[in-house]
Amino acid sequence: MELLIKNGYVYDPINEINGEKMDIAVKDGKIVESVSSDAKVIDATNMLVMPGGVDIHSHIAGSKVNSGRILRPEDHYKDVKPRTAITRAEVGHTVPSTYTIGYRYARLGYTTVIEAASPPLKTRHTHEELNDIPLIDKSCYLVLDNNWIVLDYLSQGEIDKCAAFIGWIFKALKGYAIKIVNPGGVELWGWGKNVESLDDQVPPFDITPREIIRGLCKINKMLNLPHTIHLHTNNLGKPGNYRTTIETMDTVSDLADGKPNIHITHVQFCGYGGDSWITLRSGAPEIAKYVNNHNHVTIDLGQVVFGDATTMTGDGPFQFILQNLTGNKWKNADVEAEGSAGIVPYKYKRKNFVNAVQWTIGLELALLIKDPWRVFLTTDHPNAGTFMKYPRVITWLMSKVAREKVLNKINKRAKKRSTLPSIDREYTFYEIAIITRAATAKALNLANKGHLGVGADADIAIYNINPMEIDPSKEYKKVRRALKRAAYTIKGGEIIVKDGEIVKSFIGETFWVKPAIPEDLEKDMLREVSEKFKEYYTVSLENYIIGENELASSKPIAVKTNL
Amino acid sequence: MKTVRNVVCPFCGSLCDDIEVDIEDNRVVKVRKGCAISATKFTKYNEERIYKPRIDGREVSLEEAINEAVEILANAKYPALYGWSCTSTEAINIGIEIAELVGGVMDNTASVCHGPTILGEQDAGISTCTLGQVKNRAELIIYWGCNPAHAHPRHMARYSAASRGRFVKGRKERTVIVVDVRKTHTAKTADIFIQIKPNSDFELLTALRWAVKNGELEQEEIAGIPAEKIEELADMLISCRFGALFFGLGLTMSAGKARNIEAAVNLVRELNNYTKFVMVPMRGHFNVTGANEVMAWATGFPFAVDFSRGYPFYNPGDTTFVDVLTRGDCDAALIVASDPVSGFPAEAIRNLAKIPVITLDPHETLTTMISKVVIPTAVVGIEAEGSAYRMDAVPLRLKKLVEPPPGILSDEEVLKMILKKLKERVK
Ligand code: SF4
Repeated sequence: MELLIKNGYVYDPINEINGEKMDIAVKDGKIVESVSSDAKVIDATNMLVMPGGVDIHSHIAGSKVNSGRILRPEDHYKDVKPRTAITRAEVGHTVPSTYTIGYRYARLGYTTVIEAASPPLKTRHTHEELNDIPLIDKSCYLVLDNNWIVLDYLSQGEIDKCAAFIGWIFKALKGYAIKIVNPGGVELWGWGKNVESLDDQVPPFDITPREIIRGLCKINKMLNLPHTIHLHTNNLGKPGNYRTTIETMDTVSDLADGKPNIHITHVQFCGYGGDSWITLRSGAPEIAKYVNNHNHVTIDLGQVVFGDATTMTGDGPFQFILQNLTGNKWKNADVEAEGSAGIVPYKYKRKNFVNAVQWTIGLELALLIKDPWRVFLTTDHPNAGTFMKYPRVITWLMSKVAREKVLNKINKRAKKRSTLPSIDREYTFYEIAIITRAATAKALNLANKGHLGVGADADIAIYNINPMEIDPSKEYKKVRRALKRAAYTIKGGEIIVKDGEIVKSFIGETFWVKPAIPEDLEKDMLREVSEKFKEYYTVSLENYIIGENELASSKPIAVKTNL
Repeated sequence: MKTVRNVVCPFCGSLCDDIEVDIEDNRVVKVRKGCAISATKFTKYNEERIYKPRIDGREVSLEEAINEAVEILANAKYPALYGWSCTSTEAINIGIEIAELVGGVMDNTASVCHGPTILGEQDAGISTCTLGQVKNRAELIIYWGCNPAHAHPRHMARYSAASRGRFVKGRKERTVIVVDVRKTHTAKTADIFIQIKPNSDFELLTALRWAVKNGELEQEEIAGIPAEKIEELADMLISCRFGALFFGLGLTMSAGKARNIEAAVNLVRELNNYTKFVMVPMRGHFNVTGANEVMAWATGFPFAVDFSRGYPFYNPGDTTFVDVLTRGDCDAALIVASDPVSGFPAEAIRNLAKIPVITLDPHETLTTMISKVVIPTAVVGIEAEGSAYRMDAVPLRLKKLVEPPPGILSDEEVLKMILKKLKERVK
């Protein structure tokens, strides 16, 4: 099928196209030079055209997300939509059903989303849900930092075998990147404990969080994985933790070779200054300063949006603290030899001092970090708010007036302590296109995503707004309305959304990396691992492996390693 | 003859995945490593089989049976789809879409076993884990109102009391406590047996929490147990490094139901202020957990989902199959991999007998006997593959070991055919 998107104002930062009026031609799911006169024409005159959005960190599938759904029936009742001839019924607000997730991302003009944390043993579950998320392309990160086999190998200095094991696990479980969640701390949570610094010991492994992070960072490079290590810090959610965050970034700075080698996720949650909840302040200025001076780091925001949220992380001890602070219902789910997960419903309130400080931190990070290619838009859905609130966050970034409106309503003490009122920067559409698609696609090294150059996947978002005429600083509500409901979303060359409604539905691809591991090394490693499996796990190694036929639409990405 | 190893056993919620099966002439001839239940079921799955689809007792072709099923579902105003705990997750997933399409009720057997566990969790949460966490770390294990020695014969050896893990090496290194109203086989193997008065679980759990928090109890005796013993027990729970509470229908179905679970959740939550503690429900049918999981991801709710409004609506006690049936609200039923007639209250069964029932099952059951349409299907985990979730929500892949009898398809395949035809009828 051929499409011609005519006369739109195109923002395609990877190809350095900044609001140029141009046509985009699509054939057989790809962007092409030109199309025949039979092509279906989409009139994008006076509209904003961008690549489809790429979300680098969102909790959309798997045991943790589903636990959230089961835990929270009260979340679902008021957010429903009946089945149509094209779509399944929609249900759920902060923890929507699989179908709902696909449709809602598509309506926002997003076409690629990565599940942020899948424990290996439960990754079959993750894939079963990914199979049922329509329209978008997707993948998942595998949580590997508290994995006993990884910890055994790292503490014994067997880095080659550790790399071989991690390479194998991507092939076996069909994941995309190494996720690190409170390294060492989650292992200790198996005993109800935690670590407090990068140099605490993690018995009985004779290893520290710092050594785990450095080891995995090296392995990431040895395996030549497309994304960097993707890290949720130690001490998350604790006042004063911005220091841990900077220390974590710095601990791999010597391993970098001019490119980013670490991604710190939802930095709002690890960007706290002060030393108690009373003296809490934003640590964003310090973190931004570090990021501005070091190009080996990328981050995403985890921006707070006031209202309902469901906190869910692989950081069991953090969730335990949160349930004690809030008294809300709490689910904890440990996974043998691998980690944990915790879920606590939460509501962010404007007048609450802590919540208001949290709100300022995300925005300060985005506005103080100069290079938009290294700071990405997320709400750590559904931890700090749902992905449905992205248009709202975007307008806060584009409009000082929009920010001030909220600042006038938040807790006064929080406002007084924040540098946010003094920041004048306003994002342009070009920069928004960077932090929501171009930079995320680049960080994931997805060559065919996040841009509209010839050969790219024809994943395109068209918003009914004229970027040449509108002043987003003043007319931010118009911007918000337009971004909420794409005029068109095109996925793989098919029109899936028109005027904010789903007009076609199908299942997108699940991509995963397939590193090439030297045969002998893999054999040696597997012999050892299958022995360990008998002791550590309650399933056999054979049944741990996920067949490619278990993925609805599998897209392996072969990777040449340096092993 | 060929031997298949690492077979996942599809006969209870333990989903042991180390079974070895010898196959000869498309038949299972020998089973190794399985328990008695497993050995019998793997070798005798061909007994009481149904080989031909039936309408009103008359043998018909598969196509006729499917057409009739479609007719019934398409014409029903408020059909109910029920069962699902003994089939693959994929089959259940198709059942959900059928229910959505026809605007019916979709419910699974959790509503009559661990439904209260889910309701308790929805009120208070739960601290839980996969079974390997218990195997590797648990120094103290409580079995409360459950009897794994009978219902999950290999549970204690593979996952709990007698399992060998990384930090805790076996039965000798663990303290085992059984709380039950009678001295079960499991109780006989315990270090400590607490025989409580029937229907006093809530009181004992609450007293335990009090004792954990405050040390001493005011009363002399609670639930038939002397206060001192409860205090002693509380000390044991606090001082272990990792404790696990397994619970069964003795807790979920005794007086209090969901409130018992809440009391247990709150006890475990309190214990986590002192040490590490978890609880795990002893789910019975091999994929009842999977039924809850797939319903939750597709509809937001783990059981008792009503689609009559076009979107999922959840109100257990109202939208649960047994209640829908007892009120006489549903006018047709699709039963898959379950035998409600053998367990439901008389009133519900009387109403079921009055409406057209479609049943998918490999075997003859009381329910197939009252069904208008019967479609025989393959035995999942022996004749058909698919996904299933262990009691701790660990997903595993069931294997296809032998071919089903000629002309017999899996639940998944039959349901797909029904869905396809229904989509042509109901627009
Ligand atoms: S305990 Fe259950 S799963 Fe394990 S072999 Fe016996 S019946 Fe099968």
